[in-house]
Amino acid sequence: MVTISMEIQLLFAGMIFLIGLVGFLVRRNVIFMLLSIEIMLNSAGLAFVIAGSHWMQTDGQVMFIFILTVSAAEVSVGLALILQMYNHFRTLDADSISKLRDKKVI
Amino acid sequence: MEAYIGLIPGLPVLSFLMIVFLGRIMSRRAIAIIAVGSVCFSAILTIMAGISFINADSGGTAFTSTLYTWMNAGGFSAGITLKLDALSLVFCFVITFVGALIHLYSVEFMQDDEGFSRFFAYMNLFVASMLVLVLADNLLLLYLGWEGVGLCSYLLIGFWYKDPENNNAARKAFIVTRIGDTFMIIGLFLLFISFGTLDIDTLMQQAPVQWHSGSPLAVISALLLLGGAVGKSAQLPLQTWLPDAMAGPSPVSALIHAATMVTAGVYLIARTHVLFSLAPAVQTLVAIIGAATLLIAGFSALNQHDLKRVLAYSTISQIGYMFLALGVGAWSAAIFHFMIHAFFKALLFLAAGSVILLLHEEHDMHKMGGLRKSMPLVFITFLIGGASLSALPLITAGFYSKDEILWYSWSSVMGEKWLWLAGIAGALITSLYTFRMIFLTFFGELKIEPKHKPGILMGIPLAILAFLSLTGGFIQLPENFGHVHLFSNLLNPLFPDVRFTGEALPEWLFQVISAIIALGGVWLAYHYYYKKRTIPDLFNQHRLNDFFYKGWGFDWLYDRLIVKPVEWVSTINKNDVLDRIYTYIAQSTLFVNRLLSRSQNGRLRLYALVFTAGLVILLTIMLTL
Repeated sequence: MVTISMEIQLLFAGMIFLIGLVGFLVRRNVIFMLLSIEIMLNSAGLAFVIAGSHWMQTDGQVMFIFILTVSAAEVSVGLALILQMYNHFRTLDADSISKLRDKKVI
Repeated sequence: MEAYIGLIPGLPVLSFLMIVFLGRIMSRRAIAIIAVGSVCFSAILTIMAGISFINADSGGTAFTSTLYTWMNAGGFSAGITLKLDALSLVFCFVITFVGALIHLYSVEFMQDDEGFSRFFAYMNLFVASMLVLVLADNLLLLYLGWEGVGLCSYLLIGFWYKDPENNNAARKAFIVTRIGDTFMIIGLFLLFISFGTLDIDTLMQQAPVQWHSGSPLAVISALLLLGGAVGKSAQLPLQTWLPDAMAGPSPVSALIHAATMVTAGVYLIARTHVLFSLAPAVQTLVAIIGAATLLIAGFSALNQHDLKRVLAYSTISQIGYMFLALGVGAWSAAIFHFMIHAFFKALLFLAAGSVILLLHEEHDMHKMGGLRKSMPLVFITFLIGGASLSALPLITAGFYSKDEILWYSWSSVMGEKWLWLAGIAGALITSLYTFRMIFLTFFGELKIEPKHKPGILMGIPLAILAFLSLTGGFIQLPENFGHVHLFSNLLNPLFPDVRFTGEALPEWLFQVISAIIALGGVWLAYHYYYKKRTIPDLFNQHRLNDFFYKGWGFDWLYDRLIVKPVEWVSTINKNDVLDRIYTYIAQSTLFVNRLLSRSQNGRLRLYALVFTAGLVILLTIMLTL
């Protein structure tokens, strides 16, 4: 069995997180933004599992189950919002819906 | 007797409350009966107290009555405690007796005034405050009465409030006396810090024990109390309010000048005479203030056109005599002159009030004349009052009281020759302006016909006061003839005796001089104001007369020194400079808020970018540290 050092494992999780983050920042489609958030959540979950296996603790995996639950709830709410958004604005472009802001007073 | 002392100020207070709350539903007759009756009953109670006082063996007795404890905290207690000793008794007698006569007179004087009930409510409160002032056994209660008197004078001087001039006069009286009050309250604090009590008897016993003569604290506290006395008694340099206080109805002037208010300063100094004895420099200052004031006010009185303003300046001048007496240590002489002055000054004001009322509110003496025939009672009583004011020898009470002061101002240890000189010069001016007033008003040809003769309610007080102005002096005759000492026997246990210098000149010499001076003043007035001789140019310089007419320019000086700078500052500060600071703080907060709110532009990805950037910066900082 090949053991991979913990640094490499965490680096891997960090890379996945970065992919998610960059995806969130560069994509304009709301569905892809939601997907990117899922990727970031999973990378965080992966980091927990890595840490749990390193210290031989089950806490990391328990944490991952929590994250899964939260992300499932989040995705359902997010998808519902996206549906409403499409119904209302007939678009999925995040940049075009910027009505929630302070009125220009100056 | 002790149980009744509370009623002396209590009855006027009760009457005040009744008129305030029930005045709308009471008839004028009922108001008059309650208002006059309450003060009359106080007067009767005072006289009863006086009789039992004289019957008591020793002169140093005092009736004390504690009504209730006002405050008692942290080692400080002050009660509503009234104490009637000989000094309070004299003041109470004058306040209630003269006050009652003035109230009686006012019933007729104010009968057509729409503010009838308001007037009597204020008058009752005025009398009550003054009674509290003189009966108080601690300085805090005295201060309560002191402020009550100030309040009532404000209300009554501005009684005819529809004329803005009257309101200005009322405000002036209030503010100028308040300057003195501030000194006084600081003085009270100083006394409390030094002795831990404001009880007058304890203070007067402790002061000589703790302070030696001329110690700085004694000087300062005496000076501060003198500041209060000077303000209330309209002495130099706070005398400017009194001539303007003529804006009120004439009975008010009579009450302010004779019975209440201006004599409060004399009372305060007499009551705390121990402190002044401990500070001889301040006591000399009292005498100097008195001498200077009596001359300054006398010259001003000489040049007035308004009948009541002459009387106002003469009051300032006469209180100057009382201060002179206090300053040379002739305590009982000052109180004696106060009593006699109350009689004749109330008389003069009431008579002048009748003249002014019946001549259709004409105040200018030059437009009056010849009233001798058309209102004989007023003429005779005014003449008696004037004679007493100018101290015509032997027959008038004013002669005995003023002569005593002049005699002490030369021959007592504290006395000086030039103090006597100022007093005797003042006496000449006094009789000159008094008889100028009498000749201009009552002699010559009739210029304005009076409406009608004064009624009985005005006549009775005038007659009683005229009688007292003539005979009041006989209770205290000089040593060299008569030798009656009823008055000083009453007061002597309270005050130290007057110490004479060794080489005293005989007293009759002074009496003859002051008699000649007083008659000389009458003679001068007769020549220049009745015979209309031309006045020598030396004394008739227009500008000098104008200077005296305006009260030696004190109003002008204060206007330049105090009023104008305050106005200037308030003009600059019209927009409230200090408030600008807070406005700037609020405005800059709003500005930053508007800057920041531009960043909230609704672009989700920008938020995320800023969020990420913040995270990166934070992580970088954490890792590098």
